[in-house]
Amino acid sequence: MSTMTTNQSNRPGVPTPPVRKRNSLAKGKLPKWAIWAIAAGAIIVGAAASTLTGFNVASFAIYSALIFLVAASVITTAAEGKRRGKNAMWTYLIYAAFIVAVIPLVSVLYTVLEKGMPGLNSHFLFSSMNGVTGAVDNESVANGTPVVGGAYHAVMGTLLITLWATLISVPVGMLTAVYLVEYGQGKALSKAITFFVDVMTGIPSIVAGLFAAAFFGMILGPNARMGIVAAVALSVLMIPTVVRSTEEMLKIVPNELREASFALGVRRWRTILKVVIPTAISGIASGVTLAIARVIGETAPILVTAGIASQINMNVFANWMSTLPTFIYYQILTPTSPTNIDPSVQRAWAAALLLIFMVMALNLIARLVASIFAPKKGR
Amino acid sequence: MTTNALTSKSSTSGRAGDKIFSGAALGAGVLILITLFAVAVFLLIQALPTFFADPAEISGGAGFFAYIWPIVIGTVIAAAIALLIATPIGIGVALFISHFAPRKVAGPLGYLIDLLAAIPSVIYGAWGYMVLAPALVPGYEWLAKNLGFIPIFEGPASQTGKTMLTAGIVLAVMVLPIITSLSREIFLQTPKLHEEAALALGATRWEMITTAVIPFARPGIISAVMLGLGRALGETMAVALVLSTGNLIPSLIKTGNQTIAAEIALNFPEAFGLRLAELIAAGLVLFLITLVVNMIARGIIARHKEFSGAN
Repeated sequence: MSTMTTNQSNRPGVPTPPVRKRNSLAKGKLPKWAIWAIAAGAIIVGAAASTLTGFNVASFAIYSALIFLVAASVITTAAEGKRRGKNAMWTYLIYAAFIVAVIPLVSVLYTVLEKGMPGLNSHFLFSSMNGVTGAVDNESVANGTPVVGGAYHAVMGTLLITLWATLISVPVGMLTAVYLVEYGQGKALSKAITFFVDVMTGIPSIVAGLFAAAFFGMILGPNARMGIVAAVALSVLMIPTVVRSTEEMLKIVPNELREASFALGVRRWRTILKVVIPTAISGIASGVTLAIARVIGETAPILVTAGIASQINMNVFANWMSTLPTFIYYQILTPTSPTNIDPSVQRAWAAALLLIFMVMALNLIARLVASIFAPKKGR
Repeated sequence: MTTNALTSKSSTSGRAGDKIFSGAALGAGVLILITLFAVAVFLLIQALPTFFADPAEISGGAGFFAYIWPIVIGTVIAAAIALLIATPIGIGVALFISHFAPRKVAGPLGYLIDLLAAIPSVIYGAWGYMVLAPALVPGYEWLAKNLGFIPIFEGPASQTGKTMLTAGIVLAVMVLPIITSLSREIFLQTPKLHEEAALALGATRWEMITTAVIPFARPGIISAVMLGLGRALGETMAVALVLSTGNLIPSLIKTGNQTIAAEIALNFPEAFGLRLAELIAAGLVLFLITLVVNMIARGIIARHKEFSGAN
């Protein structure tokens, strides 16, 4: 349409031949199919180059990607100019970064699903490793019978230790956040607490474990390892997360709500408990859930505080305990039967799958809680 | 004074409630300070025997400094490899999600990256041990054959693939989601008007990013990388599972090297007496290193808070 009018205005009176001219705005641009052509060319040349050095998928992908990147940038530069060429190069580099990042992450998830599925059955879920020795594993491999032994003790250990860590961290963390937002505004103490909570966020998990071990070691004598020590170690990691998320949520509660409550003669503590916290509860709950999801997968602090166990131990105040992460770690590093590692590997991956399910479920719950209980907007 | 209905009975009980509640809140805050102080003090007390022991009794037989130095260097090397790989890729992915990907996929992708940051480290470690290390062996052999003249690629390459470079790559995979999700948050906060102004002046998308997005986000990117560094330095399980340990050597593709966190995790369960003190002292060193790194990161964030909005 626009080409018709330009032609007519250029040559008035002369009947225009029906020539299709390209839009002037699109002039000097590569047609859309060009980039696919370059990609196809790069794949063919890449395959050829890879075959020269003995074909394998990795070198084929690397060669093709490099050839495509160089060719696409050079051709775009030639056709559209230097600036657009540079733009094209960086665009493809960023797409490449994304693809490179996705490969290991997909590989992790695929591996866990593929290797974990066969082992994740009711026997695995509801029996412990009590009495499962190398001989048992050798026998099940030799006879081709299903793998004996499971992670019930580790699941229970994970749940109990995480529960205790939550019981310690949530009150402490929430009260601290209340102090920071409601009482300590501008005070030196609250600045110090904010700073050290930030510092605590960065404590390596193994150091938190060492701290709990050293602390209880001095009180109860060396090698005091039990569930509650691990729970203390985990709460050192969990408290800063709870404080930060609760603080953020309390801060966004509008001041008008507090003032309205004070104006009605309500005491400050009742205002906080009945007005401020209920308004922010969805955010706080999702923050706490995310904090639980973070510590449930911690391995290193459990390793140095709760030891390992192969039997069920429901008492966090005595004896060693296993959790899913330490179960995975020891099944891989020291297989039950050193000559037939397959049963141990299968148990480890099944436990890994179970652990990922738990973490993902907690994350989804946090999202749901945040969206369902979110305070209603004005209209 | 005459009592009135507003201040009489409910007031006294309310006052007590106020005091109890504010006292509890204050107590919780102080408890955190005490805990952190206790972390430092207890680690120091339990580590003390190491510093006064006969140097010959320390592992390695040459004193604590000779024992800790190689594993500090190992820790730094592992973290450096991780950051060298993860920083450009992480920023690239963040830019992809914030400025390149179609709107409809960008949201789910951001959520996916957040989920990946939540995968427990032991699973990354198991993946590195079982999948990545064997897969990298041919690559290491190629490096040893063709680039073996560079000290870091000196052969013969490890046949199991459990080397420093593998550990660094696993760490890179683990810190990538952290760097990505923090930088993405900041990229999304770039003022829309700046971006549109750049585009209106005829900038290409890449020019818009370099002139409007990156300058705005620079402090945020730096702090994201520093927080990633803090995680990589303190990460235990990936290295404990993936690296087959040994003495400090320059080659990254041979068996050898060790990091502090993995040293503690591998040896703590059987340690007692002086060995226990040694490991706790190593933990203290790790604590100090990560403390410095994190404080620098927090300092950068605090200085640029009003611009970046990151916290």
